[in-house]
Amino acid sequence: MNEKYETHEHDVLIIGAGGAGLCAAIAALGQGATVAVVCKSLLGKAHTVMAEGGIAAAMSNVDKADDWRTHFRDTMRGGKFLNNWRMAQIHAQEAPDRVRELEQWGALFDRTSDGEILQRAFGGHTFKRLCHVGDRTGLEMIRTLQDRGVHLGIDVYMECAITRLLKDGERVAGAFGYWRESGRFVVFKAKSVVIATGGIGKAWSITSNSWEYTGDGMTLAYDAGAGLMDMEFVQFHPTGMVWPPGVQGILVTEAVRGEGGVLRNKNGERFMERYDPEKMELSTRDVVSRAIYTEAKEGRGTEHGGAYLDISHKPADYVKKKLPSMYHQFRELADVDITAGPMEVGPTCHYMMGGIRVEAETAQATIPGLFAAGEAAAGLHGANRLGGNSLSDLLVFGRRAGLAAADHAGSVRPVALDESQIADSVSEMLAPFVRTEGENPYQLHRELQETMQQFVGIFRSEEDLERGLAEIRALKERAGSVRVEGSRLFNPGWHLARDLKSMLTVSEAVALSALARRESRGAHSRIDYPNYDETWGRHNNVIDRDGDQMTLNQRSISDMPPDLKEILAE
Amino acid sequence: MAEATFKIFRGDRNGGQLIDYRVPVAPGMVVLDALHYVQGYLAPDLAVRWNCKAGKCGSCSAEVNGRPRLTCKTRMDALPLGEPITVQPMKSFPVIKDLVTDVSWNYQVNRKIPPFMPRPGVEWKMDQRDVDRVQEFRKCIECFLCQNVCHVLRDHDKKEQFGGPRFFVRVAGLEMHPLDGLSRTGLLKEEIGIGLCNITKCCTEVCPEDIHITDNAIIPLKERVIDDFYDPVLWFLRRLKGKRAK
Repeated sequence: MNEKYETHEHDVLIIGAGGAGLCAAIAALGQGATVAVVCKSLLGKAHTVMAEGGIAAAMSNVDKADDWRTHFRDTMRGGKFLNNWRMAQIHAQEAPDRVRELEQWGALFDRTSDGEILQRAFGGHTFKRLCHVGDRTGLEMIRTLQDRGVHLGIDVYMECAITRLLKDGERVAGAFGYWRESGRFVVFKAKSVVIATGGIGKAWSITSNSWEYTGDGMTLAYDAGAGLMDMEFVQFHPTGMVWPPGVQGILVTEAVRGEGGVLRNKNGERFMERYDPEKMELSTRDVVSRAIYTEAKEGRGTEHGGAYLDISHKPADYVKKKLPSMYHQFRELADVDITAGPMEVGPTCHYMMGGIRVEAETAQATIPGLFAAGEAAAGLHGANRLGGNSLSDLLVFGRRAGLAAADHAGSVRPVALDESQIADSVSEMLAPFVRTEGENPYQLHRELQETMQQFVGIFRSEEDLERGLAEIRALKERAGSVRVEGSRLFNPGWHLARDLKSMLTVSEAVALSALARRESRGAHSRIDYPNYDETWGRHNNVIDRDGDQMTLNQRSISDMPPDLKEILAE
Repeated sequence: MAEATFKIFRGDRNGGQLIDYRVPVAPGMVVLDALHYVQGYLAPDLAVRWNCKAGKCGSCSAEVNGRPRLTCKTRMDALPLGEPITVQPMKSFPVIKDLVTDVSWNYQVNRKIPPFMPRPGVEWKMDQRDVDRVQEFRKCIECFLCQNVCHVLRDHDKKEQFGGPRFFVRVAGLEMHPLDGLSRTGLLKEEIGIGLCNITKCCTEVCPEDIHITDNAIIPLKERVIDDFYDPVLWFLRRLKGKRAK
């Protein structure tokens, strides 16, 4: 293969430019490493920009009784104790400092009357804990990090997609990819690679996720030999828009409920009384999603199969001030004035708790030189993530991944690139152009989304999961022979042909893990095994690659030290 | 089901033309839905940028029936469906392919702007009223529609001397940050040419975030530049104190 490619060399290569990727870049740069950030979209458009509600951190600005112990306990309870306890501890302890750091870099949070950062209530959090900026916290965060990173001197490679990790023996040596704009190939040589590519929601038809969320980072890591953990735990956010059809799945922030919004069915009942009478609308997301789904399924749903979410009892000015983007979103896209009447909402595929298995302290995956942070990594959230814990996750573990990646790069001998791996990557990418017949990747994507929505959704059963798995594997076969039209110049059909492969890999991992876990826990609800099972509570499912086969192994959760056990017992 | 005809620009740096596509219309549909339909069923290589589909990321900017818009927020039922809907790329930036333009110039301008620099020894407390003013500027989603309509860029292509409304908004967010201690008037005057703006308010009209770009960002910044560089009394006082604007 004499296809030309350009080569760039850096100490640390970061794949993904959302909150985790940018935090990693800033931290690695601070250690004196040379850093490249590669992203599929333009800088500043990553999924972090869509985060609305806030950053969970026990600053105790509003509720003085809050501290890291309570945050740790809430996170573990929300995750149904399947979390990596060490990650949950680090996260709760470090989040407040990371929020202060953001403020020192120029972020402007909403304030308390005495000038501190204001915090709001959110599902599963004992105290008012979410530092926020109206309902556009993610935008504030990404802009702050983006400007900080750019001014410190990160090299950003925008609209560039990575298709394979390159290895030097057992070590990571860099990555292969292409420029979306030109279709030309590019090789990055690096001693450390940080995966910060986010989630996998685009494998479902109803999702709050953007086109980028195709599980590529997890697939890159899996292909390179890293383990994927907790893949059965996919969070369906309780409140996505349900009408009109084009906006189905778009997120309605939990801050609506945090600010006092109530859920009702078509009979006007506040149905959360039947599912969690204590926490009501501020129960954890897994519980509220199942409640809305059940109401609709049993005939008490709204016209378009959801529930009513109402904040109109609050003063109109207050709603517009605290939830401005929700106000505009509904007014402009659904002709609904949320200050005057209810919204129609229903569950939407939102977040992946599972992902690349990493070490708590360093975010290092099971391959030397490979790190992962944010949604692409597993462990912190266990079986269910609390709202607000995602943005704090990005800050805490993005930074830790960057520090460890820089340390690693500074301490190992240089890596060598293997031309044969590059040649393989080139032919893999060019294959869809070479074929004279084959299916359209968009068609296969639609079929995958239907499959995941129908068989690997909120409620699962052995029969459905077996069926889903069979369909995913059949689609995998067909995806091996897709054909794309047009040129290599900015060609979304071509890009989807590659993304499809990632989505199929993570979908198979999700279905396989869900099939294995014969219990219900957090976001994983089996109608054939509706209860907790003590034994399953002591294990994580880990997906490994064995040649072309996906294998599933159980790993025991390590024993928690006594001081943490005490916190949980309180 | 009703159908709409779209005329979508297909082409690249070397030129192109409007191509017709027939798209079924669903209730509440937006132009971006139609573009996705075209990609999914009619032209899989149609190049379009998008991410959130909810007006939060500012990726899907284009010119719909000649008007600069976020296609994710442009409702089909607000357009005359009896006639074809044209969708073209933003005119002020070079076309890469179809609706995707080269906006990299914006990222270069951004690099020139000195970042937030807290005053030494500040206490990290702020009043919500002071924060409110700046939060308006921080709402910017970088869709670059303001850059696209600004005649200094669109008609006169002064990208060398002028930063454009987006970056005046960004500078305003820094200059009016309650704890920032740096002056950026020199940059405004010399490097990103705020003097070239003659306040036609085209930017404000197209802003999907309803930022009052002209009134709240550009005019107060122009006043700061005048204070720092053209006000004889202030100039004299600075001479006395030995201070210079940065």
